[in-house]
Amino acid sequence: MLKSLLQRLGQTVFVLFGISVMVFLVFFATPGADPTARIAGKNASPATIAKVRQEYGFDRPLPVQYATMMKKLFITQDLTSYANRGEKVVPEIIKAAPVTLSLATGGAVIWVVVSILMGTVAAAFRGTWVDRTLMAIGLVGVSIPVFWLGQVANLITQARYHDTWLFSWVPPLGYVPFSESPVGWFKALLISWCTLSVLFIGVYARVLRSDLVTVSGEDFMRTARAKGLSPSRVLLVHGLRTSMITFVSLFGMDFAQLIGGGALLTEVVFGLQGVGRLTYQALSSLDLPFIMASVMYSAVFVVLANALVDVVYLFLDPRVRDGR
Amino acid sequence: MAGDAPLLDVRDLSVSFRSGGRDVPIIENVSFAVCEREILGIVGESGSGKSVTAMAIMRLIDDPGVTLRGSVRFRGQELTTLPQKAFRTIRGREIAMIFQDPMTAFTPVYTVGWQIDEAIRVHERLSKAEARARTVRLLGDMGVPDPERTANRYPHQLSGGLRQRAMIAMALSCNPALLIADEPTTALDVTVQAQILDLLRNLRTDYGSAVMLITHDMGVVAETCDHVMVLYSGRVAERGPAAAIFSQPAHPYTAALLDSIPPLTGPRPTRLPSIAGAPPAPLERPPGCAFAPRCHYAHAACDILPPLVRCAEQEVACVLPGEGKALPPRMTERVEA
Ligand SMILES: Nc1ncnc2c1ncn2[C@@H]1O[C@H](COP(=O)(O)OP(=O)(O)OP(=O)(O)O)[C@@H](O)[C@H]1O
Ligand code: SF4
Ligand SMILES: [Mg+2]
Repeated sequence: MLKSLLQRLGQTVFVLFGISVMVFLVFFATPGADPTARIAGKNASPATIAKVRQEYGFDRPLPVQYATMMKKLFITQDLTSYANRGEKVVPEIIKAAPVTLSLATGGAVIWVVVSILMGTVAAAFRGTWVDRTLMAIGLVGVSIPVFWLGQVANLITQARYHDTWLFSWVPPLGYVPFSESPVGWFKALLISWCTLSVLFIGVYARVLRSDLVTVSGEDFMRTARAKGLSPSRVLLVHGLRTSMITFVSLFGMDFAQLIGGGALLTEVVFGLQGVGRLTYQALSSLDLPFIMASVMYSAVFVVLANALVDVVYLFLDPRVRDGR
Repeated sequence: MAGDAPLLDVRDLSVSFRSGGRDVPIIENVSFAVCEREILGIVGESGSGKSVTAMAIMRLIDDPGVTLRGSVRFRGQELTTLPQKAFRTIRGREIAMIFQDPMTAFTPVYTVGWQIDEAIRVHERLSKAEARARTVRLLGDMGVPDPERTANRYPHQLSGGLRQRAMIAMALSCNPALLIADEPTTALDVTVQAQILDLLRNLRTDYGSAVMLITHDMGVVAETCDHVMVLYSGRVAERGPAAAIFSQPAHPYTAALLDSIPPLTGPRPTRLPSIAGAPPAPLERPPGCAFAPRCHYAHAACDILPPLVRCAEQEVACVLPGEGKALPPRMTERVEA
């Protein structure tokens, strides 16, 4: 167990290093393009260019450049955007991270709970109208575009029915830090959580249902029934528990992807200044330090979230624990 | 209850599945009985309906298109009409079952001991510690080395033989009167197979359990069973005391099966005689004797389904004994040669 954990940790470090090198090479070692000019921005004065070259060590060998870059990104965190009047970019990202983390985590809680309920109930009643109705709802969830759903949710909760008792509690768009007011944080995010989770509920409920149906044909399910267990115990304790393995590996990918900026559309619709939105802004402003920093940090978030899920996975599946 | 009333009495059990708009009969009018502490072997080629018979008795077939007819009485109680909830007190407690593939028969995410504890605690009010104590004792009885540690291991960490022993321990955990073993040794190698059969043979004295042993191997039957039922294409071909059937099979199919047992001693023949052809698929089953297409003795009278008739000590579904042309006794020397 401990060995597997350490192994996983080592892997994470290695992957992080690999990604950082790759991102660095893509941005700064592309032949024929001088990164100095791109960092300095359009129409930069020769003085600025000279300063940038010196600051990033572009006149020195690549490994030194890499080290300088990593230092500026993660240690001194003073990577500066020249295009944007000397704004420090890393604090910007650090500020965006909790927003995205809150959004993704809250959404994940909802989608995990609801999809497990839906998938399990559908599997238990498979072939009946309950099953068909739930799966049809899931399909609708999968097909609704997030930005449209978000707009509609906003329209209802912010404008049309905002003055009714049902939605008068909904605060204006934007983020409220948890440390400032946990209740405010919850209220500010609830609608966006629900919106974000709809798609995933649809996907996960369907995946879980089909997984449970497949599992119910397995030998060990027959053994469990032959022992005299009740159908619900067979389904939950033996079937669902085993299906959680697939569920979690799927969850790992989706959650990591959201943390790394995949919740862009939801963030935009609900006015949340998260990692996805930041990356999008960086890309559209062609601001190299900004892009570099957001890409690097997103990658770090994704890798960390993935590692976390893998640890959960390790707890769920004894076979993986033994390195099989 | 009378001492010789059978423990399990199966009468005219038929199972069919709905497929492509029609009912496909898988087993037809299968009748047999298992007495207390008896070992009954059910033999037949792959697809002959052995597993379906066992699953039907346990009411474990959850296919929505299944139709079950006939009667299954366990200690005089009719099982086919018993509500599922009441049946659960019988499953695992009165009638336990073990399956062919020990590799996949345990839930992979729980330890073996946990799963045996669960089987005990679902039927008896015992604390976790009491259940575990019994689990460890059972594993020890089944010849599992270091049972305490083995109980805490996951199925994938055990060898096939150990897993099957653990499976039998789980099946015996509530001291069932009947154990249904569906090809318990097929997935194991020969030495382990012999050990497991030994274990099953001793159950009647150690646990007082009767065993319904499903196999396609006449050799296994010869070593283990008191009574035999031979199934062919979902119908009973022959049934009776093992000794009688082995010395004088009355059904050509049984005789052919016996000829295909490899000798226990002496040089192994390079090729065992096998029965040419394959059993008919359920839908192509002839209205008469299902074995006719492969039978050397087939003749016109075989076109009408032969009923089970008594012939010496056994009962056989073949027209030959009635025509006074019973098969000759087996030359056992040939096996020993
Ligand atoms: N759920 C089902 N639906 C339709 N047909 C089935 C179903 N289960 C079994 N059958 C059919 O019933 C027949 C008998 O199957 P069964 O598993 O009882 O054979 P068996 O004698 O146990 O063979 P084996 O030695 O391979 O285990 C097969 O032809 C099989 O295709
Ligand atoms: S009934 Fe006829 S075909 Fe069937 S086994 Fe007997 S002799 Fe052969
Ligand atoms: Mg079978």
